[in-house]
Amino acid sequence: MTQSRNLEFMVGIFVAAGIVALFFLALQVSNLGTVSAGEGYNVEARFDNIGGVKVKAPVTMAGVRVGQVTGISFDKETFEAVVTLNIDSQYDQIPDDTFAKIFTAGLLGEQYIGLDAGGSDVYLEEGSRLQLTQSALVLEEVIGQFLFSKAQEGAE
Amino acid sequence: MRVITDYFINLGRKVIAALEKTGRGHMLFLKMVAGFDEILRRPSLLVRQLFYIGVLSVLLISLSGFFVGMVLGLQGYYTLSQFGAEASLGVMVAASLVRELGPVVTALLFAGRAGSALTAEIGLMKATEQLSGLEMMAVNPVRRVLTPRMFGGVVSMPLLAAMFSMFGVLGGWFVGVGLLGVDDGTYWSQMQGKIDLHEDIYNGVIKSVVFGVVCTWIALFEGYDSTPTSEGLSRATTRTVVHSAFAILGLDFILTAMMFGE
Repeated sequence: MTQSRNLEFMVGIFVAAGIVALFFLALQVSNLGTVSAGEGYNVEARFDNIGGVKVKAPVTMAGVRVGQVTGISFDKETFEAVVTLNIDSQYDQIPDDTFAKIFTAGLLGEQYIGLDAGGSDVYLEEGSRLQLTQSALVLEEVIGQFLFSKAQEGAE
Repeated sequence: MRVITDYFINLGRKVIAALEKTGRGHMLFLKMVAGFDEILRRPSLLVRQLFYIGVLSVLLISLSGFFVGMVLGLQGYYTLSQFGAEASLGVMVAASLVRELGPVVTALLFAGRAGSALTAEIGLMKATEQLSGLEMMAVNPVRRVLTPRMFGGVVSMPLLAAMFSMFGVLGGWFVGVGLLGVDDGTYWSQMQGKIDLHEDIYNGVIKSVVFGVVCTWIALFEGYDSTPTSEGLSRATTRTVVHSAFAILGLDFILTAMMFGE
């Protein structure tokens, strides 16, 4: 009888340890603890060129992560990229004339969207649209402009 | 002329034997799954198998996980530091463990540790006619002997794989943060930023459940289908480990392509 109890005890410990390991993976290793996806409100921003921004790219304000990109689509009438940003609901006092820019983390790092707060009294809410945007810096364009200006200097 | 017909006879015999074996394997699988109510009626059978299959593998799995994590930490640090990207060490260690190494290496070790033991046990039961004895007493040996072992393996595998990944991440942390001087906060925060609960962790668990089913199935079938002699038993045990390894690696490719291939 004691042997059977002992065995059951060990099995209980085993199953509990396995579940603890799963929780460890879920909470400590994955993003479950850091982002509460889905809870928040969506706003829309239109860019001429989004460069390499992808779904799930972070949205930051003053360097702090306030949300993430949840959708990217293309408007075939205006030829603009329409980016849906999901902002965490705790950040509900962002002015509606906020400026959205696309930045790159490091020289080759991933691209993210940075928000610069405006001065309006009206706050962003579900479905709002950010009017002021700045496109991604595309390296080839920058180099092209640089070469063009150099060539003009040489001509004069 | 005779040689040619013999050749075709041989070929046909082999194909038919292979098909028959496949059929027996699937029939046995269905019978084992159909015996599920036996576990509900006698949970102690499952508990006993969880002990022999799961608990006794914990030490092996945890230690292997820790060492694999430490090696990943060392190798990853070496490669990443060439690009000045040591900060991503946590991501690299956790992603490779949770997505691939955790389920796969656990399953390979499981096939060697528990799978071979299951085959030998069932094969010996068959050779000593214990299975026939059960049948004589009107006890269905598949439901009574094989089903608890099957579900014991299926339940144990994801738990063992999770432990493997956990100890691996800790091993990588020990080497990266403890010995090589990667920042502690960066190690965890980069990991949490990049590893997705659904994409990475759930898929890893699904993989290990699939491996659990396949490994235990192969082990039990080889034992049940073995020739009841010492030679047949040794061959069956070898086949268990070899076939499990092939099945795990092949299935891993297919599952990875389905889950992460987009």
